[in-house]
Amino acid sequence: MSLAAKSLLLIAVLGLAACNNPDRYGAGGPGGAGGPGGAGAGGIDTTGLGDPNNPTSIAYFNQRVGDRVLFAVDQSTLSPEARSILTAQAQWLMTNTGYAAIIEGHADEQGTREYNLALGARRAAAVQNFLISQGVPANRLRTISYGKERPIEVCSEEACYAKNRRAVTVLSVGAGS
Amino acid sequence: MVRPMKTLLAALVAFGLVGAAPALAQDPPRIVIGPGVIEPMPIAVPTFIDEGGAGEYAREISRVVISDLEGTGFFRNIGEEAYISRISSFDGGIAFEDWKAINAQVLVTGAVSVSGDRITVKFRAYDVFNGQTLEGAALQFAGTTQGWRRMAHKVADVIYSKITGESGYFDSRVVFVSESGPKNNRLKRLAVMDYDGANVAYLTDSSSIVLAPRFSPQGDRIIYTSYETGFPRITLLDVGSLRRQTLEEQPGTMTFAPRFSPDGGTIVFSLERGGNTDIYALSLSGGGLRQLTNAPSIETAPSFSPDGSQIVFESDRTGTPQIYVMPASGGEGTRISGGEGRYGTPVWSPRGDYIAFTKQNAGRFHIGVMRTDGSEERLLTASFLDEGPTWAPNGRVLMFTRETSGAGGQATLWSVDITGRNLKQIPTDGPASDPAWSPLLP
Repeated sequence: MSLAAKSLLLIAVLGLAACNNPDRYGAGGPGGAGGPGGAGAGGIDTTGLGDPNNPTSIAYFNQRVGDRVLFAVDQSTLSPEARSILTAQAQWLMTNTGYAAIIEGHADEQGTREYNLALGARRAAAVQNFLISQGVPANRLRTISYGKERPIEVCSEEACYAKNRRAVTVLSVGAGS
Repeated sequence: MVRPMKTLLAALVAFGLVGAAPALAQDPPRIVIGPGVIEPMPIAVPTFIDEGGAGEYAREISRVVISDLEGTGFFRNIGEEAYISRISSFDGGIAFEDWKAINAQVLVTGAVSVSGDRITVKFRAYDVFNGQTLEGAALQFAGTTQGWRRMAHKVADVIYSKITGESGYFDSRVVFVSESGPKNNRLKRLAVMDYDGANVAYLTDSSSIVLAPRFSPQGDRIIYTSYETGFPRITLLDVGSLRRQTLEEQPGTMTFAPRFSPDGGTIVFSLERGGNTDIYALSLSGGGLRQLTNAPSIETAPSFSPDGSQIVFESDRTGTPQIYVMPASGGEGTRISGGEGRYGTPVWSPRGDYIAFTKQNAGRFHIGVMRTDGSEERLLTASFLDEGPTWAPNGRVLMFTRETSGAGGQATLWSVDITGRNLKQIPTDGPASDPAWSPLLP
């Protein structure tokens, strides 16, 4: 497994650890500063990612189904490729009813902080609406925007920007709120 | 002999910094100054006299006064090595010929005394040419020693104000976001500092993302966006007690980009529901939530006019973000930005004469100003990423975030005059972003 893939898995684990607090990035987890209210200070619910060969595992969802879709500059419309990934996500979510999801919308760094927050929200909502249209119950889905606060790639070139303009479906155990 | 003081005033008039200066009507500038270049006025600020127990305070206060004045780009301090005569007593006579001889246009004398934790600072600023005290520039400030920097800033504010005709801005603070950590996992915490980067104090820890803090018009509260609840929500912080209060949640929504109304009683902000972002107002005294825009496009970054009657904001209803003005009661708004590119984060000047903004065009970011009808657009900066201007209390200087590119990219704070002159970095301990200026302190 590549280092990048391992990092993604680690991030996914951290995400599960703070299923009630989607700000797992900012929360005082490993390497964080901690402090009052930080999720890292509390108990950590360990959930196995499972074997990517097991179709009911989170690892399978993340790697085989695909946990993210990408967007064009300033856009929140879903490309044919994105729709195909999201169709598979919806099927998986309807089969594995024990999971809820938070859909994170992100933007690249080419834009103001405020605009990118709104743009990330638009992208997350586009994914949410598509999943609902495919039959996923709305009460299992929430959205959040990180704007340009949490790039996954850090270079300042289109190759990185393209990967940062994303909406990621982050699973957690629990049938919704 | 050329009189640089008048020349400075004339130059300020020429660059629109001073509306009118009738006294100079018969006295046109005798030095032709190129675009954006003003020859700084030579001044002398001999170290303030220790009138008892002041010690380091006298030296440090003099240093801050000089730093404030030189920091504007309008003044050049003459070093003590050039002095012909010394100031040995605050109330003694002054050999103005000696100060004329070294070309000092303004002489500032001062004295400091300390008793227990009380400090007294007094000063006089002289027009060396006339041998007269500048009108109103002979004052005394007293308080606790803890506030010594503020007194220095007040001295400099008076001098700046007397010579430029503008109100001062040195005795002010700036709230900002202190950053650490790598680009893909930035840690952010709120901090406040003097306008010049000194006296940093942290207001939150870095356990959740915090964005875009703004001072209340009284400077006693700060409003910002926090991920403390897990989702972006508007939070109100009392500066004195550091008590935080998250504004009541509208279920299923995200709130961000808050600003106070000029009377401090209302906030305007963006509320996102179902992917669509509009502008709302909330009365802090319990008047409820009012929706001000209603469009399928993104409406964000609202900022009140100083009289509270209008709101400038950003919308992408035409496909790219542009700047609009609407009545404070809401509405569609009138577009005011007209140039090429994308416009965002408009902020109304506290003097009401300009709107500052972020502009993105041809792969570069700019901080700019325009008149409130969108005319006279002027770009003041250019870099890989400049954004989020905030006005100094006198409406003549802007501070903003500049971020460098690439994996090691970091944010820093910069300031620039509304003429585009005097671009400089504000010293901070580490990376910093999202500055917001306080009002002038009382």
